Amino acid sequence: MKFNILNQFAIDKIGVDERVARFSSRSIKSKSKVEGLKLALSMIDLTTLEGSDTIGKVRQLCFKAMHLHDAMANLPTVAAVCVYPAMVRYAKHELKNTNIKVASVATAFPSGQSSTKIIIEETKLAVGEGADEVDMVISRGKFLAGEYEFVSDEIKTIKDICGKIHLKVILETGELDSLDMIRHASILAMQSGADFIKTSTGKIQPASTMQFTLVMLEAIRDYFYSTGKIIGMKPAGGISNSKTALQYLVMLKETLGEDWMTPKLFRFGASRLANDILMQLVKEEKGNYQSLDYFSKD
Amino acid sequence: MPKSIKFKTNWDYSPAPESTSHIRLKKKYELFINGKFILPIENKYFETINPANEEVIAEVALASKKDIDKAVQSAKNAYEKVWSKISPQEKGKYIFRIARMIQERAREFAVVESLNGGKPIRESRDIDIPLAANHFFYYAGWADKLKYAFPNKSPKSIGVCGQIIPWNFPLLMAAWKIAPALACGNTVVLKPAETTPLTAMLLAEIIQESELPDGVVNIVNGGGETGAEIVKHKNVDKIAFTGSTEVGKIIQTIIADTNKKLTLELGGKAAQIVFDDAPIDQAVEGIINGIFFNQGHVCCAGSRLYVQESIYEIFIRKLIDRMETLIVGNPLDKNTDIGAINSKPQLDKINYYLKIGQTEGAEIFQTNCAIPKKGYWCKPTLFLHTSQSHRIIQEEIFGPVLAVQTFRTIDEAIEKANNTPYGLSAGIWTDKGSKIFHLAKKLRAGVIWANTFNKFDPSSPFGGYKESGFGREGGIHGLTSYLNL
Amino acid sequence: MKRLEVLKTYKLFINGEFPRTESGRYLQLKNKSGKLIANISSASRKDFRNSVVAARNAFDNWSNRTPFNRGQIIYRIAEMLEGRKSQFVEEIMSLGISKHTALKEIDNAIDFTIYIAGWCDKYQQIISSVNPVSTSHFNFSFAEPMGVVGIISDNNSPFGFLRLMLSVIAGGNCAIVVANEKYPNVAISFSEVLQTSDLPKGVVNILTAKKNELPQHIATHLDVNAIVIATNNDKELSEIKRSSSVNVKRVISVSETELNILSPDLILSTQEIKTTWHPIGI
Repeated sequence: MKFNILNQFAIDKIGVDERVARFSSRSIKSKSKVEGLKLALSMIDLTTLEGSDTIGKVRQLCFKAMHLHDAMANLPTVAAVCVYPAMVRYAKHELKNTNIKVASVATAFPSGQSSTKIIIEETKLAVGEGADEVDMVISRGKFLAGEYEFVSDEIKTIKDICGKIHLKVILETGELDSLDMIRHASILAMQSGADFIKTSTGKIQPASTMQFTLVMLEAIRDYFYSTGKIIGMKPAGGISNSKTALQYLVMLKETLGEDWMTPKLFRFGASRLANDILMQLVKEEKGNYQSLDYFSKD
Repeated sequence: MPKSIKFKTNWDYSPAPESTSHIRLKKKYELFINGKFILPIENKYFETINPANEEVIAEVALASKKDIDKAVQSAKNAYEKVWSKISPQEKGKYIFRIARMIQERAREFAVVESLNGGKPIRESRDIDIPLAANHFFYYAGWADKLKYAFPNKSPKSIGVCGQIIPWNFPLLMAAWKIAPALACGNTVVLKPAETTPLTAMLLAEIIQESELPDGVVNIVNGGGETGAEIVKHKNVDKIAFTGSTEVGKIIQTIIADTNKKLTLELGGKAAQIVFDDAPIDQAVEGIINGIFFNQGHVCCAGSRLYVQESIYEIFIRKLIDRMETLIVGNPLDKNTDIGAINSKPQLDKINYYLKIGQTEGAEIFQTNCAIPKKGYWCKPTLFLHTSQSHRIIQEEIFGPVLAVQTFRTIDEAIEKANNTPYGLSAGIWTDKGSKIFHLAKKLRAGVIWANTFNKFDPSSPFGGYKESGFGREGGIHGLTSYLNL
Repeated sequence: MKRLEVLKTYKLFINGEFPRTESGRYLQLKNKSGKLIANISSASRKDFRNSVVAARNAFDNWSNRTPFNRGQIIYRIAEMLEGRKSQFVEEIMSLGISKHTALKEIDNAIDFTIYIAGWCDKYQQIISSVNPVSTSHFNFSFAEPMGVVGIISDNNSPFGFLRLMLSVIAGGNCAIVVANEKYPNVAISFSEVLQTSDLPKGVVNILTAKKNELPQHIATHLDVNAIVIATNNDKELSEIKRSSSVNVKRVISVSETELNILSPDLILSTQEIKTTWHPIGI
């Protein structure tokens, strides 16, 4: 058997930090800045995952998704809104005449500490309510205890229920001990049927970092080289400003290239990012620094 | 194998030029002798250009034999009458001042370094200039602590140091030479490289502003002849040279029947060894930085790659992927990864080796990047399927050219890595600790980087084995060559 | 009419801030002719306890900084000190010292600061070693900071505390300084210098106090790793040593003469030595 890079998990953290520093030193100005910001905007999954969410909150979020900043022409819409299963039907209703997808979390999000029976039921609920996409969490406890087959089987089971509905698998990178482990989990998730691999739930610190994301992008590249399969990636949480979003795009471009530079294969899980991008876009157009007072919340 | 990744994307980086409006450059620079800028006795000047567009930036005074006489005499006077009478702590405080002032003018230094030498602004800004300032900081602190570096000895300064530096890290090399020399109580006559005099001239201005006593540091410009005058001068007590092995050997011959102390930091042809248990993506990055940092104009560049055969295919693919994202272009653009080749002669030399490599039968690969019309440029290059007897494996090219071979066993890798008259540096890539220490023990090189490369620190001694030179710069060991112990 | 001066209130320096003592007590600092110079905070054991918490919280960050970075910060302390020379000269003179002596004291303090700044990225090189063991192992020993260090200053010089404190933090430790009763104003004004020097909060905490109140609390505190004490008093030293045994606290005593010598000894004596082994071989 030939050397299989998918069995290689060794990662050097300092080396990763250095590669990330190179991405962060790229200077994105003028035309490339505007194009990059619009691309980033189109990749956002506008998210509300609070215990306090209500139908009203979700309606307002959906309206914002459709009307990011009407004062500015030619803005893309966000890619999706992301909500709890109980809110899926209301989001679907608001967004029914748009291309904006409704993503639902599932599988005892965010902790994943529940029985297989229950996470199956919850996924069926989300799918039944009309979710276009499902964001599941892996069982970190099981993974840290070395029960890799168990984790893989869970993913396969959930993917079976999703069928054509695209499945994002959340690794919760902040709970995985090392970058080596993140690579291992990424490869395991892809081999088990994930359509997207996602960094985090956004509920713990650290959420997404460029280091976590780079390791996952490189795992996707190795998986593509080994199998020809194209898997998407979503960093979630911790990306609150335009500068950071542009650095992620630089990282995406220089790791996976043109084919991945689309909301079909890359998403930002974020809430405050959208307004910051809008402020930057208006600043580029008008020339002066903006204030959040002039951009609608939600 | 499925299709490849497309790094040419619809989203391009717009030009991001570093601002140059704030720098203060003169049109003409004189010789810096005895604390003042004075006219060259024979009234000769030479032009210095920007290798990215071949435009003349300034005129620089050419030091003749008589000018060198003056410079050495002022260094000798300053040593005997002034510098040796100043307390060690006060000496240190002057050097601290110089360090601080470099920090304060850091951006200006970085811009001028890129303008005059061709290296990307990102490198001069983030690496060259900070390291240079830090080097002065580090050695400033040693000035009054020498007895601790050499217990039971009474270290004494030597006298006048003649120092000749290369064009690849102009300001940094000046720092590596001047800082320890002064900290140990010596005085200096420094000759920057012919193609890169400007940051040394700015340093001379800082030296003036720091109120360092006249004559302690003298900076004179010129080419090989000027350098020879310094080496031969009877009142120069110690020579420090960084440059080609060829010239190093000449210097060694010239001073053979004198008592002058000598340190040499010469060429290299470093091997990078990548094992199949290496952290592979980080190893790729390390190889890329090892050969393309500063356009490969680095004595310790990792210019030979030995990859374990089992991972050869995937490794080369990743290497090529990474090369596709390297941007060659205007050194003053913040996104440039690979800048201009320093001079026409150097570019000719590199192109000469590119021809030889192909004639010898190695497979050449270059990315399809755009390069500007004017100026001196070389695309990042791989030579695959090379063997030990190829000239491109044996001889130093000093450009962005990497020669690649495979190996099968550890002993084979060690043997091939050591199979060279050079011995400056080496790189080891493996996840296994004991393998690292084993190889570190066996590799005949003065600097060994394990799972990293091209890392420099003022506290870390740097220097070569064999024909890469002798003597160390940096750390405690860097003090020995500037003292009589 | 002569303009009325605004008098300074001298508070404590804890966690980068200037709180009053929680006990509300004060010490009166008077000049030679008995005139009041200032009401100084008289720190209590609770203030000391809070300082230990601050120092402990700051330790991770401070000890993980690069040695070069610590050197830069200590060099900046020297820059700030130099800028405030005249303020310190005045404060020292107000306690009956001659101008000539006061100037000498502050000049020596600044030069000492620069001396220590230069040691930060060097002391490791004179104390570490690669040990030539007889088995196929790479074996190396190097120094690491002890942690939280309590410092009891001498009673004689305005800047004695500075010499002790800089050596302790140069090596990556965090410190709580009990300033001497004679020159508490100098110590607190020095805190202002620390605050403007990029020194992270909690790395140095300075308490002005009645001389004999705090030492025993320092010696018995389980979360203090070492005590540095400048004293010529044997009895005082014995008591500290006895009480420190409660957590095998390291006690480092510094004599008056040692205080005035330029050396890295106090940096080294507040370091632990760690030795690591790793096989060499395939």
